[in-house]
Amino acid sequence: MSLHLAVALDGAGWHPAAWRAEGARPDRLFTAGYWADLVIEAERGLLDWVTFEDSLSLQSSRHDAPDDRLDQVRGRLDAVLLAAAVAPLTSKIGLIPTTSVTHTEPFHVAIGIASLDYASKGRAGWRPRVSGRPDEAAHFGRREFPPFDPANAEFVDALFREAADAVEVVRRLWDSWEDDAEIRDATTGRFIDRDRLHYIDFQGEFFAVKGPSITPRPPQGQPLVTALGHATKPYEFAAANADVLYVTPTGRDDARRITEEVRELNPDLKVFADLVVFLGDHKARLDDLDGAPLESDAHVFEGSPAELADLLLDWGFEGYRLRPGALPHDLTAITRGLVPELQARGAFRTAYETPDLRGRLGLGRPASRYARVS
Amino acid sequence: MNNTTVWSDPRSGSQIDFDSFTHLAQTAERGKFDFFFLAEGLRLREMKGRIHDLDVVGRPESLTVLSALSAVTTHLGLAATVNSTFNEPYEVARRLATLDHLSGGRAAWNVVTSWDAFTGENFRRGGYLAEADRYTRAKEFLQTARELWDSWAPDALPRSDGRFARPGGIGFFEHTGQHFDIRGRFDVPRPPQGHPVIIQAGDSEEGREFAAASSDVIFSRHSKLDEGRVFYRDVKSRLAKYGRTADDLKILPAVTYVLGDTQEEAEERAAEIRRAQVGPRTAILFLEAIWGRDLSGYDPDGPLPDVEPDLSTDVSKGRAQFRRDRAETAAKWRALAEEKNLSIRELVIETAAPQTFVGTALSVAAEIDHFVQTDAADGFIFVPHLTPGGLDDLVDKVVPLLQEKGVYRADYTGPTLRHHLGLKELS
Repeated sequence: MSLHLAVALDGAGWHPAAWRAEGARPDRLFTAGYWADLVIEAERGLLDWVTFEDSLSLQSSRHDAPDDRLDQVRGRLDAVLLAAAVAPLTSKIGLIPTTSVTHTEPFHVAIGIASLDYASKGRAGWRPRVSGRPDEAAHFGRREFPPFDPANAEFVDALFREAADAVEVVRRLWDSWEDDAEIRDATTGRFIDRDRLHYIDFQGEFFAVKGPSITPRPPQGQPLVTALGHATKPYEFAAANADVLYVTPTGRDDARRITEEVRELNPDLKVFADLVVFLGDHKARLDDLDGAPLESDAHVFEGSPAELADLLLDWGFEGYRLRPGALPHDLTAITRGLVPELQARGAFRTAYETPDLRGRLGLGRPASRYARVS
Repeated sequence: MNNTTVWSDPRSGSQIDFDSFTHLAQTAERGKFDFFFLAEGLRLREMKGRIHDLDVVGRPESLTVLSALSAVTTHLGLAATVNSTFNEPYEVARRLATLDHLSGGRAAWNVVTSWDAFTGENFRRGGYLAEADRYTRAKEFLQTARELWDSWAPDALPRSDGRFARPGGIGFFEHTGQHFDIRGRFDVPRPPQGHPVIIQAGDSEEGREFAAASSDVIFSRHSKLDEGRVFYRDVKSRLAKYGRTADDLKILPAVTYVLGDTQEEAEERAAEIRRAQVGPRTAILFLEAIWGRDLSGYDPDGPLPDVEPDLSTDVSKGRAQFRRDRAETAAKWRALAEEKNLSIRELVIETAAPQTFVGTALSVAAEIDHFVQTDAADGFIFVPHLTPGGLDDLVDKVVPLLQEKGVYRADYTGPTLRHHLGLKELS
């Protein structure tokens, strides 16, 4: 069995003190070169894709509001643009930025990801993300959110219904130009066949979008949609709208339980497990610097590449999204330690087989939903 | 109409593949251009209720493709047109700041506003603005974006001795106004240029004031020498009351060009291009946009229709106001057609703007220089009629002549767009 491996890039790494780790480059965090070096390293390791975290508020140790900590990384760059800036410098690795579906216009998301798919020649994906934070809503001033409370089921439910509508709009817009819409017919003087362009006419509970897209159908047809979930509601969202779901099991038994729950919702959904990884013994020092042990929604692994390989094969997911604790150290340990270890066990590719991202997961290029069957 | 790009030419390549953008941008950088400019259109144009199908259509999202181009260029400025009606300041400010970081200080923003409900149908905020509110929203939008860029001190991030950020230095903002009521913490550090370069295309009285007050560049449509000078003088004279000097605002008309080995050859080529830009069906559509009627039964090679324009309808949607006064235009066109005995197509070709610079490389270089030396422009935004090779001969043949004359840079002398344009650095 061959695993799929993705890496989640965020700031200096997933430990809040990662910017103070040995080899960290906090002075270069907001430069293109910093990200290019990381993604090129990930491609050298034949990884499936990298994800770029994003949100529309400043990082915070609190879930409900900004904090006043000055000893952690603050500030980030727009993930779609970051992914686009590394696209021409790489040729195989998938590029998956995060965007908000709570505040960002679905039309802008659709053309942004489609444009990333063009710039990367078929390697774009997308991670839609909901945001219930009242402070983030105040950055837009269009509506007021209640105080943050994950137990507010009615509010959370509405956020996910809205997210589902946003993904539906984005997917329809990607399909709104049939593949052969551009005809350049000199005889009739027509550049496009407008019968092969389609209004999406989406009318939902939260908004309406007319279409068609201004961007022709992206190279992959439908760029890969991935979602992160920790509970039934987001699992249902992913099962209905995404191609890949990232989950956060705490151990082997939990992994089995989650897998069963998700399989029941959608047997075709690809399920990846998220893990924070420290390949070495540097976590304790970073915990000391930060003043507290790392807290994470995902299982935190510490150990050697061989031990990590054991865990990945033992948990039994088809793929994993690894969150390096500190960059570039833990990324390099993945590409130069974990990958050879898995290859030696026949559990990881030794070359990229397909140029596009969907193909890497065995997903074909879907026909546009609007294409007439002839 | 956006029929400048001739797609029927055998050299015409893809308008959407990234390689086309790379070719154009790298050619511009080879020619030491200040910046590469992308327009925007957030809804496909329609004529008579159907998607317009005669012109090149289908474009990427500007900021995404410019970010990708930042990786294959090193000095070229990257200018994105971003609408202030169908976006929010927090998002636009962070995306432009991001492009400025990723490109090392090469970002520019062409601030445009639309007011039509037609484009609004693609957006959840939907609706539209009263025409009078366009500029108030645009002004407040730009002002808010500047507040966001200023919300991080230039030295906010020491990143040493256990301290990533300095106290009080990161992102606090609060804006309360007619269009925006927002507060919180901005999440992108101050851009390398301080603020990206601001471009405006406004031409009305209000637009000129807006540009004089707050733009670094005007993208002007006054590409004829005389009207260019009038516009130039008018706009520059407005700067003093905002405490700005003539050097603080650059006036760059949009221009087209055609080169030939002789003047005759260039003119012949220019005529051919205009005929390709205005095909028979395009000619009828231009007329319909003025007449407000279905004229598809008329022969494009025949005389103008005998019916009068219907001013109660608007058959064309999704582009900048084509003609403000259609009745007047129709009367003028009719007179011109009678005087010169022109068919419909000949008339449209005649009235469509001719190419700005037509001639040999030597004469075009001289003309370009003359425009700038006599205060008709500070420079130009060249609109190529071919993708992706439309700048090749300009860069290969005209640019070296301008460099020889000593009126155009031989190489870039600084890293940022602000520097290329000779704008003051922001503190």
